[in-house]
Amino acid sequence: MATETTIDIDRSIGDFSYPEQHTFDAGIGLTRDTVNYISDVKNDPDWVREFRLKALEVFESKPLPTHWASKDLEAIDFQKIRYYLANGQRATRSWDEVPEDVKRTFERLGIPEQERKFLAGVEAQFDSEAVYSNIKKAVGEQGVIFVGSTEGLKEHPEIFRKWFGKVIPTGDNKFSALNSAVFSGGSFIYVPPGVKVKHPLQAYFRINAENFGQFERTLIIADEGSEVMYMEGCTAPKFETATLHSAVVELVAMKGAKIQYITVQNWSANVFNLVTKRGLAHEEAEIKWIDCNIGSRLTMKYPGVVMKGRKARGEVISIALAGDGQHQDTGAKMVHAADETTSNIISKSISIGKGRATYRGLVHVPKHLKNCKNNTECDALLINSTSRTDTYPAITVRGTGNAVQHEASVSQVSAEQIFYMMQRGLTEGQAMSLSVNGFVNDLVRQFPMEYSVELKRLIDLEMEGSVG
Amino acid sequence: MSTGIISTEERERLNHDEAGLIVMGGPDALENHAFADWFRQLQFEGWESFQQLPMPARTDEAWRFASVKSLDISAYSRPLPVPDATQSELIERSVALHDVAGRMVFANDQLLKREILSDTLRSKGVIFEPIEKAVTEHADIFRSHFMTQDVVLGSKKFAALHKAWVKSGTFLYIPRDLEVELPIEIYHWLHGDGGSTFPHTLLIAGENSRVTLVDYFESTDENASGFACGVNDLFLERGAKLTYVNVQNWSRKTLALQINSTVVGRDANAVSMNVNLGASYARSESVSRLVGEGGRSDMLAVSVAEGEQEFDQRTLQDHQQPNTASDLLYKNSLADKARTIFAGLIRVEPHAHKTDAYQKVRNLLLSDDAEANSMPGLEILADEVRCTHGATSGQIDEEELYYMLSRGLTRQLAQQLIVFGFLNEVIERVDNDAIGEHLAARLHRKFA
Repeated sequence: MATETTIDIDRSIGDFSYPEQHTFDAGIGLTRDTVNYISDVKNDPDWVREFRLKALEVFESKPLPTHWASKDLEAIDFQKIRYYLANGQRATRSWDEVPEDVKRTFERLGIPEQERKFLAGVEAQFDSEAVYSNIKKAVGEQGVIFVGSTEGLKEHPEIFRKWFGKVIPTGDNKFSALNSAVFSGGSFIYVPPGVKVKHPLQAYFRINAENFGQFERTLIIADEGSEVMYMEGCTAPKFETATLHSAVVELVAMKGAKIQYITVQNWSANVFNLVTKRGLAHEEAEIKWIDCNIGSRLTMKYPGVVMKGRKARGEVISIALAGDGQHQDTGAKMVHAADETTSNIISKSISIGKGRATYRGLVHVPKHLKNCKNNTECDALLINSTSRTDTYPAITVRGTGNAVQHEASVSQVSAEQIFYMMQRGLTEGQAMSLSVNGFVNDLVRQFPMEYSVELKRLIDLEMEGSVG
Repeated sequence: MSTGIISTEERERLNHDEAGLIVMGGPDALENHAFADWFRQLQFEGWESFQQLPMPARTDEAWRFASVKSLDISAYSRPLPVPDATQSELIERSVALHDVAGRMVFANDQLLKREILSDTLRSKGVIFEPIEKAVTEHADIFRSHFMTQDVVLGSKKFAALHKAWVKSGTFLYIPRDLEVELPIEIYHWLHGDGGSTFPHTLLIAGENSRVTLVDYFESTDENASGFACGVNDLFLERGAKLTYVNVQNWSRKTLALQINSTVVGRDANAVSMNVNLGASYARSESVSRLVGEGGRSDMLAVSVAEGEQEFDQRTLQDHQQPNTASDLLYKNSLADKARTIFAGLIRVEPHAHKTDAYQKVRNLLLSDDAEANSMPGLEILADEVRCTHGATSGQIDEEELYYMLSRGLTRQLAQQLIVFGFLNEVIERVDNDAIGEHLAARLHRKFA
């Protein structure tokens, strides 16, 4: 496989777009006026407007993090982006009320009618506003709040305000500041004490207008002893100019609570996906991020867990597939802030063609903590001779009584294996696909069934074009 | 006395630099006529870049986790001559190994003694000279290697300062096919409070030659403060074998930087080890460039950090050609409020296929106030490679300790034995009994 191959991956799959009209449009560019416009349209309470305007100042004062991150960030022209676009529709609750073209989009996403019934609640985001919000009856009866973030901050301010911006402060990084200034959409979930949400809660996000960025803001609070699983999947139509996606997701797991957050990211190859995700785990709580990145031009995403209470647990399972022209800069952050906290990071990446997969990690065990454990494993698979992979972990351990280990390896698909499978009648593409699926199989199995099926299909699609 | 390099005004300014601080005047070598014009030109260039380049900042990725505020070098004075009495005392103290092929002793960048003890080192073609002599007598080969390696791990500014101030050091050239059995040892002393030194080692191992070199860095006064800014560049031509050991034992009030490049040619084999014992802040930047197929570099380090010492180690395993191998093992033991930083990168350039690279850092924390930072990195731009890295941080196994206590050892002794065993694994990799014994004695002395 040392030979140069021309890669031609069919990126038209998932590319579809329908005409749309927007009642509200904040225009192109970002100023105080843009932020005020968003606040006006959304009828924000004063504290939210102030929060946004302050965040804009922070955003403007912060430089791009190119001293460590990709110079590709410089390609983003913040003044050419549309920060808010909505057709002004209210969140609808019945399937009949969902516009026909949106339904068609779901059809193309490959979610069969039957499977939809299984979805606990679908928060479908069409551009900035939720147009479809269906909370399964059972979930509502358990007292679970599952609404859009706009609705959440207005209708449940007493819970929302307590945690909003607390896990990820505005100034955490330039893009969390940007999100804090212009956020719209995203979910707000509250699970009452002791409630175990049986069905995963699910939301689909789409980008559907050129130059239109999505700035979702999601806040999930699992109260004492509760359990919830949230799934987020994205696919976006293909556009000619770069699109920016910058979400902020905050999770709060109270004592003994469990949160699983699953993402399958498949933005089109022109999207900058710069996301900040972090969870706060209290005593004996557990937060698990399952993160799969397949699409986008550049993704920078390092889901984190701050283990604040004794015996809290954090986990990140990460799969990244970097095709031609893509840079998946992903990883994890584990901050141990109490005794007996444990964290686990498993990352697998595949670089295809001229793709680049980067693992960036942070593990922090501060002073005077006892019996904290971290385990990190990063494996990278290189498909072509032009592929690239990087690993940049940063591990700080203070004091005795803790155990931290990090291991990483880089390998390639063995030529013998491919040869063997081709002898058995598989095409080279199929053989490659099988090898790659085998490489990530143990992680894919951790996804809910419909996601693992979708994931396998996506890997197949990517691998078909990887051999020439 | 026209130099043609600097203006009369500039020279005037340099001469009237009453404080004699390294950051104030230009290099005094500008006025040193022992040096050829081209060398003085280099020094002047070094001085210019030193002035132009910014000081490392906290936000520089290359200085992440480092206490950059401790890098204030404004108060150190230029290297001053050492009194005669001290000179003879230092010569006497400058013996570590019984049998050596040769030895040089420097104090404050001044050559005190040069000995050639083995016949091999007298062989035709061997050059074992202080830099000031190599500059004139072996200008061609010296010039084509001196300070030619790009400084990529963060200390460009300090490398420039070194270039400006360097006035002595070792130049060792081993001609092809010659094997020097016994090690060569070099002492670098720093004498006087608030002084500075710019030790330099330039080694070229010719085709299929073999040589072992040990650099020792010592302060005459354990309580004197100082600044050390050294460079060691090692070149291995085709099939050469080199063992290089760098023993850093400056006083506990010394700010030290050591910048290394090891260039490994085709089928050549380098084993290098850094031993960190002294200094308040010691930074080492070690780069192995594998520039020929079949080359291999073993990069080793042992650091015993205690008190408030900070050891800041940055490494690069740069695989530029196919079929090259590198294996890095760094071990740190940390007591008291010590800090260590390890930032290592394995870089496999495009087309450097069949690279085999390994990198491992292990931290043994002995105190609740100690802090170990590890940043093991990989950048792989080729396929058909085998690259792995690992980092662990942990403490002494209580069961192991308990076992030793139950055998009647004191807690302190048991701990020392465990730490020694932990570090000795690295020392054994150097595979030289004499050096191993000497280093073991050094470690025990530091533990005591």
